[in-house]
Amino acid sequence: MLELKDVRKTFNPKTVNEKIALDGLNLRLEDGDFVTVIGGNGAGKSTMLNAIAGTWPVDSGSISIDGADITHLPEHRRAALLGRVFQDPMTGTAATMQIEENLALAARRGQRRTLKIGITRQEREAYREKLARLGLGLEDRMTAKVGLLSGGQRQALTLLMATLKKPKLLLLDEHTAALDPRTAQKVLELSEQIVTENNLMTLMVTHNMRDAIRYGNRLIMMNEGRVILDISGNEKKRLTVEMLMDAFAKASGEAFANDRILLS
Amino acid sequence: MNLTSLLNALPGAVAQGLIWGIMAIGVYITYKVLDLADLTVDGSMATGGAVCVMLMLSGCNVWLALACAMVAGMLAGLMTGVFHTAMGIPPILSGILTQLSLYSINLAVMGFKANQGINVTKYALIVSQRNVREINFSNPIFTSLIVLVLVIAVLYWFFGTELGSSLRATGANGAMSRAQGINTNVCKILGLMISNGIVALSSAMLSHYQGFVDVNMGRGAIVIGLAAVIISDVIFGKLFRNFALKLTGVAIGAVIYYIVLQVVLWLGLNTNLLKLLSALIVAVFLAVPHWKANMKGGRGRA
Repeated sequence: MLELKDVRKTFNPKTVNEKIALDGLNLRLEDGDFVTVIGGNGAGKSTMLNAIAGTWPVDSGSISIDGADITHLPEHRRAALLGRVFQDPMTGTAATMQIEENLALAARRGQRRTLKIGITRQEREAYREKLARLGLGLEDRMTAKVGLLSGGQRQALTLLMATLKKPKLLLLDEHTAALDPRTAQKVLELSEQIVTENNLMTLMVTHNMRDAIRYGNRLIMMNEGRVILDISGNEKKRLTVEMLMDAFAKASGEAFANDRILLS
Repeated sequence: MNLTSLLNALPGAVAQGLIWGIMAIGVYITYKVLDLADLTVDGSMATGGAVCVMLMLSGCNVWLALACAMVAGMLAGLMTGVFHTAMGIPPILSGILTQLSLYSINLAVMGFKANQGINVTKYALIVSQRNVREINFSNPIFTSLIVLVLVIAVLYWFFGTELGSSLRATGANGAMSRAQGINTNVCKILGLMISNGIVALSSAMLSHYQGFVDVNMGRGAIVIGLAAVIISDVIFGKLFRNFALKLTGVAIGAVIYYIVLQVVLWLGLNTNLLKLLSALIVAVFLAVPHWKANMKGGRGRA
C-alpha cells in the first residue's frame, strides 16, 4: 500500500521561476493496483514519482509504503522498496558496464554491498534465463556493454532490473516516450506482463491516453499538482479518449493542454 | 648530444616512470572510474613521502611507515570526499581546498622544513636511485614492478566485488546507482580514499628513490597522472579491455611519459619549461574528443 498525504513541493521558491509542482497531493494505492497517470504539461506527474523515489525532499506532507513513513529516507534507502524505469533510456542503466554487471547491481538492491564477488556463476545462469524471456537475444550478449544496446533494449533491461528484486512499488515514468511507436508498444506489453506476473503495485505515467486507458485497473488524471480524476474498475473499462478530454475540461475548467497528447 | 648519455639516463626514467605509474593508477581511479577530476593528488603526492620519511627518521619500521603514509593519503581523500559530498562543494574545488591545506600539513609533518633527507646507507629504503643500474634485486625497477603488480592485483580483485562494482556504477551513472540502492556519496568518498592512499604510497616510494622528501614534489602530479592515463588510452585503448590490463596500460603510460621527458631533456630543452610542455600536451589530448565530436556534428561529451 502506498499513501501520499497532503504532499507539497515548490521549485525555485521566492524567485520569478517559482513553480508549485505538487499542491497538497493525496493518493492511496492498494497492493496490486496498476495505476496509469495522465495529465497536461507540468501537471506534476513526474514530480509525484520523483517525490516518492526521493530525488529531492518534499516541502511538507507524508509518503508511506505499507504503513512505514519514508518521507525523510534518502533516495538510496528507499530504493529497497522501489523499482524505477525512467523516460530517458540512458538514465536507468550504466552504459560502460556489462549487461550482466548491471543486472548484478540491481539484484543487490536494498542489500549491504560487501567484499564478496560482484557476480556469481549461479546468478549468470539465472540472468540468462530471464533475459531469454525478454525475447531480444540479450542472453547471448551478457558481457556486452549496455551502451551498445538500442533504446528499447535498454528500457527492457531497466524493466528487468527494476523487478529482479521484487519491489513494493514499480514507478514507470513515461518509460516509452523516447522510443519509436513499435518498440514502445513492445516495451509496454512487456511491462504489463511483468506487472501481472508479479502482481506489482505500479504507477505508470504516460502521455498516451489510449495506453492509459488500455493498461492497468485504475487511471488518475493530474492537474496543477493534484489528482483531479480517479477512475477504476468497470468505469475505467468503458473509458474513451473523448470522455477523458471532457472529464478534464469539467474538472479543471480549461481545455486539455498537452501538445504531445494531442499529437498522439 | 651523444646517445650514451641518453641511454645512461633511461634506467632512471623507467624507475621513475614505474613509481609515478603507481600514482597514475590512483588518478585513473578517480578520473576514469569515478568520473571525478581530483586535484588532491598534488598535495597527497608529498604527504605520503613526508609521513614515511619522518616516521623512518624517528626509528619506525619501513613497512609500518609505508602503511602510515597510505593511511595519511586516505585521510586526505576523505577530506576531499567530505568537502564534496557532505558540503556540496564541486569536486575540483574540493580537491584544490584539500591540496592547499595539505601544503601546511605537509610542512608541519616535516617539522616546518621544506625538505627532509633520508640516507640509503642508514635506513632500509625499499627503492633507491643509487641502485638503478645494479643488475640484482636491489634495483628500484624490480621493487617498483613488484609493488605495481600487487597494487593492480588488489584493485582488480576489489573492483570485481559487490562494493567495488557499486563504485564503478557510481562513476558510470549516479542516478541509476541511487535507484539501485547505492549510496553514491559513500562510494565517492571511498574511491577518493583508495585513490589518494595509492598516490601516497607512490609518494613514499618516490621519496625513498630520490633520498629526500620535498614539500613541492607533488606539484603538477595530476597533470602527470592524466598524461599517463591519456597516453595509455591512445596507445592501448583498443587493445586493453580487461580492467587489470587497463591499469597496466596506465603504468606503462607513465613510463613512456618519463622516457619522452628524458628524450626532450636530452634534446636540450630547459628543465624549467618541462611543466609548461606537459600541461600543453595534456591540454591538446584532452581536447581531442571535443574536437572529434564537433567535427562529426554530434553531441560531444563536454
